Amino acid sequence: MAVFKGQFYIIMALSSELIQQKLTEKFGEQVSSFEEQYGILSFRADKEINLKVLGFLSQDEALGFIFLTDLCAVHYPDNKGEELAVVYHMHNIKENVRVRFKVFTDIQKPDVFTATGLFSTANWMERETYDFYGVNFVGHPNLKRIMNVDEMDYFPQRKEYPLEDQSRIDKDDEMFGRGGSSGFGNEKTLEGTIPAYRK
Amino acid sequence: MRPVSYNVKIKPLEDDISVSEMPEGHQGQGFFATSLDSVIGLARKNSIWPLPFATSCCGIAFMATMGAHYDLARFGAERVGFSPRQCDLLMVMGTIAKKMAPVVKQVYLQMAEPRWVLAVGACASSGGIFDSYSVLQGIDQIVPVDVYVPGCPPRPEAILDGVMRIQDLIGKESLRRRNSDQYTALLESYGIQ
Amino acid sequence: MSETYQNINLPAGSIEKTTTTLNLGPTHPATHGVFQNIIELDGEKILAAESTVGYIHRAFEKIAERRTLYQITPLTDRLNYCSSPLNNMGWHLTCEKLLGVDIPKRVDYLRVIIMELARIADHLICNSIVGVDSGAYTGFLYVMQYRELIYEIYEEVCGARLTTNIGRIGGFERDFNNIAFEKIEKFLKEYPKILREFENLFTRNRIFMERTIGAGPISAERALNYGFTGPNLRAAGVDYDVRVVSPYSSYEEFDFDVPVGTTGDCYDRYLVRNNEMWQSLRIIEQAMQKIGNLKGKDATIYHAENPEYYLPPKQDVYTKIEELIWHFKIIMGEINMPVGELYHSIEAANGELGFYFISDGGRTPYRLHFRRPCFIYYQAYEELVKGGLLSDAIIVMSSLNLIAGEMDA
Repeated sequence: MAVFKGQFYIIMALSSELIQQKLTEKFGEQVSSFEEQYGILSFRADKEINLKVLGFLSQDEALGFIFLTDLCAVHYPDNKGEELAVVYHMHNIKENVRVRFKVFTDIQKPDVFTATGLFSTANWMERETYDFYGVNFVGHPNLKRIMNVDEMDYFPQRKEYPLEDQSRIDKDDEMFGRGGSSGFGNEKTLEGTIPAYRK
Repeated sequence: MRPVSYNVKIKPLEDDISVSEMPEGHQGQGFFATSLDSVIGLARKNSIWPLPFATSCCGIAFMATMGAHYDLARFGAERVGFSPRQCDLLMVMGTIAKKMAPVVKQVYLQMAEPRWVLAVGACASSGGIFDSYSVLQGIDQIVPVDVYVPGCPPRPEAILDGVMRIQDLIGKESLRRRNSDQYTALLESYGIQ
Repeated sequence: MSETYQNINLPAGSIEKTTTTLNLGPTHPATHGVFQNIIELDGEKILAAESTVGYIHRAFEKIAERRTLYQITPLTDRLNYCSSPLNNMGWHLTCEKLLGVDIPKRVDYLRVIIMELARIADHLICNSIVGVDSGAYTGFLYVMQYRELIYEIYEEVCGARLTTNIGRIGGFERDFNNIAFEKIEKFLKEYPKILREFENLFTRNRIFMERTIGAGPISAERALNYGFTGPNLRAAGVDYDVRVVSPYSSYEEFDFDVPVGTTGDCYDRYLVRNNEMWQSLRIIEQAMQKIGNLKGKDATIYHAENPEYYLPPKQDVYTKIEELIWHFKIIMGEINMPVGELYHSIEAANGELGFYFISDGGRTPYRLHFRRPCFIYYQAYEELVKGGLLSDAIIVMSSLNLIAGEMDA
């Protein structure tokens, strides 16, 4: 068993401009909306090429994003035609650079290719995303519900469903300041606040 | 500035030993007559075999209760078992989700009479801070509960207090309670035959 | 021999079946927390294992969409409840990144002390439970006593033992008083002896070594592919530690080593966690020294200047109008956050705990996703135990340090 002294990883040549340039060279119009927020470059890709982008980011010599940190989904009910976004976070461990990309899909037909072939870590993360949002990952070895009971017939984390179990009788919603006449004030959605994700 | 104090107090031995009170009865030279209820209650309450059904944070509070600092073993509950067929007291500690509820019910059904249930923590008593679609709002929706211990998580002293209340209940329970109509009606209301 | 069985009702095909299906169910003394494994056994050898989780799914992410920032702190407590201050600090660091708050040095050092104490508490539980699962209960009882000392330190700072809800966005709710510092000194003095005693019980113990060496190994490439982070990844040979790679809370000023293993089996994980505890003690000593070296105003500051999210002192609330208004706005959650998306991660006791926060400018997050390390590395369980024996399955489960609260959220 070896002990390594903690090293400082210096952020080197891998800058956002380089990543953006390489991606636009390879994929052209299919990647877009590059912006940098809080130190992480984030862009959107068409949903047909999500595996190609993942593969390119992880196998390219200069980019080297070999670690898939996170895979989750976000529901934007206002973006008609693109309600569900699947978000991938990649990380280049050696140079400490992160990148985030999103693929958008229609809620009526939420099919996205599975990343399980490239990263085994995507297996349960995609099952969780399916369980909460209903994103159908095409080619997934075992796409079943993971967190909720198997008999559940709706996808609970979509914005239209309430948080509380509506059949409980021991808690008075009015007293807790929810529902009915006193909502919490965050029922508004992303109308006009994040323009990068509107077509 | 108050002096630093730690939870370590050296007590002289006389204060550590306490003797249980004798049940009421009639005694004389070489005999002691009392009711069977009180003798059996006394024996049962000081030798509980608990089943710790620890699901989340309250389970860690229970581990602290079982440790040497707040000792649960001095109440006679030394042998914690994980087999419901052999245990008396089901201590449900932690949040019970709707996916877990059938498991709790099955464990309760597998226990033999007389059995008691202790709901430790806010989540087991009433759903706690998780008022959401996937959490059962209190285990008394599925099993009859004897004592509730509030807290999030309860301090070990509170869990010990809950166990002592259970001991009171056990000590005063009538031997016929488990066969009575009232008890059968209570179980019927939970769907247990 | 069908004539012998004609009066007994057996399921179809069961005589021909040569493997046993064992349900290491949600309630089992070995599963610390509730998750299930259905194991296919050939005698004692494991052929396949299927894991199910979700038995304590409490819908944190959906709850977080309806809560203000301070109301989410108690939720983060209950992720990895053996080391709640780490989760709380991670959440507050995320909020500070979103709001752009500058944190004074003393607050950083105090946070480092609390985080490293939480890491010690978590690793203590994990290592002693590995001992319990291999049959050695005494080690667990020895070290639980010293977790009580850590709990006393938390109590002195924030009032709670286990689910601490410690700190505020910008610092701490109150300064550490002399009693807290004396308790930390006492811990630093007494704990190394006990850790050494605990090591003597296990590290070169022939029985423990035979049980754990070779149980559930994983190579570095597979571990990276599975998304392992934290002690489990370091035991496999990759020295990825978020405190070193992207330091937060002034970790770059501290001098500590990152222990790394070779084969990734249970023995390596035990050793990595053990050595991390020694390194945490080093870090706490350095932090105490650095706090002692601060001078002047820096030596008494315990929170940053962000009136929008830090409750003003009570005597001002009752006497001055501006503080009263801030108090009301903070408690009722009337303050709007800046719009943006961010991902921030810290080195929690199990690995990289990440917070993906999308803010739409309202009072509550639009989307908050927790990147939970336990959930991600539990997927690898089947690959770890395939081909091993049944007792290995138990040891691997406990040495991975699976905390059900973090797995299901």
